[in-house]
Parts: sequence; structure tokens; C-alpha cells
Amino acid sequence: MKIHEYQAKEILREFGVATPRGIACFSVDQAVAAASKLGGSVWAVKAQIHAGGRGKGGGVKVARSLDEVRQLAAKILGMTLITHQTGAQGQVVRRLLLEQGADIKKELYIGMVVDRSSQRVCLMASSEGGMDIEQVAAITPEKIHKVLIGPLTGLTDQDADDIVRKIGVAESTVTETRALLQNLYRAFDGTDASLVEINPLILTADDHVLALDAKMNFDDNALFRHPEIAALRDLDEEDPAEIEASKYGLSYISLDGNIGCLVNGAGLAMATMDIIKLYGGSPANFLDVGGGATAEKVAEAFKLMLRNPKLQAILVNIFGGIMKCDVIAEGVVAAAREVQLSVPLVVRLEGTNVDLGKKILAESGLPIISASNMADAAEKAVTAAMGV
Amino acid sequence: MAILIDKNTRVMTQGITGKTGQFHTRMCRDYANGKNCFVAGVNPKKPGEDFEGIPIYATVKEAKQASGATVSVIYVPPPFAAAAIDEAVEAELDLVICITEGIPVRDMLRTRYKMQGRKTRLIGPNCPGIITPDEIKIGIMPGHIHKKGRIGVVSRSGTLTYEAVGQLTALGLGQSSCVGIGGDPINGLKHLDVLRLFNDDPETDAVVMVGEIGGSDEEACARWIKDNMKKPVVGFIAGITAPPGKRMGHAGAIISGGQGGADTKLAVMEECGIHITRNPAEMGRVMQKILGSSK
Repeated sequence: MKIHEYQAKEILREFGVATPRGIACFSVDQAVAAASKLGGSVWAVKAQIHAGGRGKGGGVKVARSLDEVRQLAAKILGMTLITHQTGAQGQVVRRLLLEQGADIKKELYIGMVVDRSSQRVCLMASSEGGMDIEQVAAITPEKIHKVLIGPLTGLTDQDADDIVRKIGVAESTVTETRALLQNLYRAFDGTDASLVEINPLILTADDHVLALDAKMNFDDNALFRHPEIAALRDLDEEDPAEIEASKYGLSYISLDGNIGCLVNGAGLAMATMDIIKLYGGSPANFLDVGGGATAEKVAEAFKLMLRNPKLQAILVNIFGGIMKCDVIAEGVVAAAREVQLSVPLVVRLEGTNVDLGKKILAESGLPIISASNMADAAEKAVTAAMGV
Repeated sequence: MAILIDKNTRVMTQGITGKTGQFHTRMCRDYANGKNCFVAGVNPKKPGEDFEGIPIYATVKEAKQASGATVSVIYVPPPFAAAAIDEAVEAELDLVICITEGIPVRDMLRTRYKMQGRKTRLIGPNCPGIITPDEIKIGIMPGHIHKKGRIGVVSRSGTLTYEAVGQLTALGLGQSSCVGIGGDPINGLKHLDVLRLFNDDPETDAVVMVGEIGGSDEEACARWIKDNMKKPVVGFIAGITAPPGKRMGHAGAIISGGQGGADTKLAVMEECGIHITRNPAEMGRVMQKILGSSK
């Protein structure tokens, strides 16, 4: 799960990570009031959306007067921000973070992720803050330093100091930066985060360290023990179809194509998208109905796919293991009747009770195109979507 | 003995009294030699009871001592599953197969850390399990699609494994063992570990390796194959069409930071001599072709 920058900073402050003073705002008036409350003469007006690249997209500006705060807040609130992470459709800005300006001497990069190959949390740090870290990794990988953190030891003083010196922090600020990194790790571990990114972490003119930006993602599987974090979910930032799907325990992701896919199992669902592409078509979605799909779940899955105006065909690909093909077939038939299917439907069933499943489809009287294997199914779905 | 398990393996079920545990214990017991293989269950609240004749013990240690089981399969719910693995490791079982989906990554990081230097091997979590056809099935895969033979199968996903197995069986190519290693980022055996076992197994002639987007385990495995593997390997990676930054169902199936894309994986695999296919419907046929040409 993703959260906003201002929410991440609130969490980090609780763990003792220093950030600029700031106030979240939902209107222009609130932004102006926040600026005067914060005081000073320079403020950052920051669009709060879940995607990165906000600065380049025009969503982060510096104001030097309350008038300017008003102008910038009015401009940014409600704008559709397009960044390299939002896709072409962009994301509407509904929240702002008004922050006290900071006197930046140097920008650094700090990130923490779960590293699969070492099976540890990996702390990454670089002297090249404020830039796209993936570019730094591609162009000057030697400028990214890493340390693996033992889950039972935490980030040790030694490891923290080493990496802090490597990224060019002055000796007088090493201890403060070490503490910040250790607090950051405590925040990562204590909240079941899957990613924390501070880009930039800044050294201020008076030699302190501040998290000027903050990004946190969380492990969905651990949200059950963090209701306070689950409550930070912002549904405005998510695809309505994906939200609807999650209510029914369906794993759904919208894509650009026109062939809807309904599959059991994530791996097979991806493979189904791949084979559609391979046969010249384009998948409209990823949809895993999971292991325990019922007729009701299948019906909801159909409704979801049919909401997509681009949809030209549906491909159902089920390898029944524990899930029996006859149960799926009944679900498909019931759903097709209920939703008044408006596009061609190709069904491929394999596995437990496959013959019974096929019989149910054949006897339903519905115009279901039956496929004998995955390749056949993809070919038929692609042809059907082209309307030939 | 194929790999890891055979008809002489003795298994205990952790979480035998839950709905999932009951259902699958029954299915596994009814498969091949399962009646002799599934000898114990564990539930701290129900020691002394039994599940359809399978005795239940309070702890893994007691179950091991009383029944001789050296392998455990776990259906314990996600909040408690990592602790169940820990208990099996503490009891020094040979192999633990964790079916449970949805275990927090943080729990698995700790469990894997504690497993260092211990003898226990782990398959999963979030996996279908392992089967040696006609001998023993430990997990949730449909037994009847398998056929005894000499092809090894290893995969990160569930139903896509069944797809690969189904294709092999339809072509008359039986399997030595099929291992689902699971779709989580922090897990036990990796592709590489399983390939190593298949390489050393005299009853395996060739391997189908099914991967997916996310991480770099397949690349690491491919490099090992290039230098060490004596048997042909067929490879497929799911997720060529997956968009970056989106988690495709499995917690581990995500392209992030420009890493873990299917094309990169396939390119490395091909470079390392793996017979790759981009068509998931062709895994069986590619294997058939290779075996045909090597004879």
C-alpha cells in the first residue's frame, strides 16, 4: 500500500526522523493559513499524489510571499499532474503539503528496500540526492552504497557511520545522520514497510540533516497488524476497478488493451496476457480470481471487465485443480446470463471435472466459444476481438 | 528417489484441523502412498485427538518423536505461519513445505535469518507444494494431472505449474518431481537450489523451469546452469506484458527499479543455454523436441 508524502513524514517524525515543519491542506485558504502559521518567508507548495516525479511535472513550487502561496496553491490544487509514474492520463491533485522552506547545502539519497537475493533489508545511500536514483544507478553505479541490515541486530553504529561517511557527510554531522538512519530503519521495521525513500535527505546550511521528501510503501500482508496505517489509504489515488475488485477478493489490474482475461492463479494470469500479445492481441486487464472462486466471484469479475468501454472480447482461462471446472462453468454461465454479455466469450477449461464443465457450457445455449488449449484460446480471443 | 520426497517420506501436517488443512490432508492421504506417508498432525490445543485416524500432537517435536515424520506441511493462517516454520526448524525436520499465502515479509525475513546454519530446507511459502508422481503428494496440486516419469518441473506459481505439467503429461512426458517454490519475495528454496537437486538426481533427465517477473533469481539460476547443469532445461517467464510498478497478484511479481522484467530474464536464460519459449502453450512441445533431438 502507498501513502502520501505528508503521511509518511508524520510517521517518520514519530520515529524521531527530522523533517521540515509542514501542514497538509485540502483548499487554497487552508494553504495560506498554513503558511502564515508556519511563519518565515519561504514555503514549499507540494502536490500530494502517490506517484513520483512531482517536481518535474510542475507539482512542487517555492513561494516567497503569502500571495504567491495563494497563487501556487490555486494552480496546483485540482491540476492533473502528469509524471513518468502516473501514465499519460495523469493524476488529479486533491491535497497539498505546505512546508517551511529549507536552506539546502547538499542533497543526498537514502532508500530502504527488502532485497530478495540476500533476504535482508538493504539500506542504499548516495551523494547524488534529488535526482532520479534509477538514473544514478545506470550512469554512476559506484555512487550508490549499500549495507544489508540483520533483522535481529538492526542498523549497527559501525555500518551507519561507514555509509554516512561514504556519501560525504561532514564529520561534525555523522552522529546526527547515524541516528536519523537508525530511526529510519526502526520506522521501516516497526511499520512493516516494503520501501522507504528519502530523496533528498538534505544537509542544511547550519549542518543539520532533514528528510526533505519521504516516500513509504507498506506490505499489504502486514496491514492487519497496523490498522492506523491501513486507515491512511487514499482511494482517490487508486483505480476504481481495482478497488471494486479488492472488495470481492479478486486481484485486478487495468491495462490498455481490449481482451478481458479471467484466470485462476497469478502466474497463469500473466501467462494468459502474454499469449494474447503473442497472438497479436492486447489484454485489457490482469485478473486472478484466486483459488476459491465461487459463482458469485466469477459474476463480479465479469461485471468488472464489462465496465471497460474498450472491451471487445473476454477470455476465460481456468486450470482447475482444487477449483473444479464444473463449478467454474456454472459460474460463467450464470454470470453471462446475469450481465447480458455484449462481447464474444472464449472459454478454456482444463483440469478437475473438465468434461462436466465443458458439457455445462455446451448445454447452456449461450454463444460461448470453446477452446481446447491455451494457444487455441488466445487465437480465438484475438480473432473475436477483431470482429472477424 | 526423484528429489526431496518419495513414497517412504513421513509427513506431519501443521494446521491439520483448519478447513484447508483438513481438505488437503485428505486429498494427499488419498494420493498414491499417502495413506502410509501422512502420519501426524500438530495442534497445540488438540493433543491426543486425531484427524480421521491421523494422531494429533501438541508440538512438532512431539509429532516427530512419536511418528518418525521428518517433513512437515504447513496450512497455518498467515499471522502464525512464520512461527510454525520456526518450530519445525527448531525440531530439526529435514524439509518444511509452507502452503500459507499472505505471510508478512518482515516475519519471513526473521524466519529465514534464524534458519541460517540449520539443516531444515524450506519450500514456499505461498506455494502449491511438491509432488513425486505415483509416490507422494505434499501440497494442494491436483494429483491426477501428473504422470510418473523423468522430467523435473520447478516454478514460482501454482496454476502455471499445472499448465506445464498438463502439457508434459498430454505429450506422454512424465515427471520425476514437480516443485512449486512460491511467489513471495522472501522464501526458501530458489530455482537454483531445485535445479541443483535435479542435476544430481539420476531419475531426472531434463527440467522445465517456469519463472515470473520480479527479482533476479531466474538470472542467478541461469548463470549456474550455464556452468554446471548436465541436463537440458526448458524455460518460460510469465509477465512479458506486465506493466512496471504493478504487483501482479503474487507479492514477488513486480517489476521495480527497472529490474525483474521478463525480457531481461529471458535474454539471460537464452544466453546461458536454456531452451526458452515465449509461448506458455509451448513448454511441453519444446521439451519434446529437445528430448527427440538428443536421442
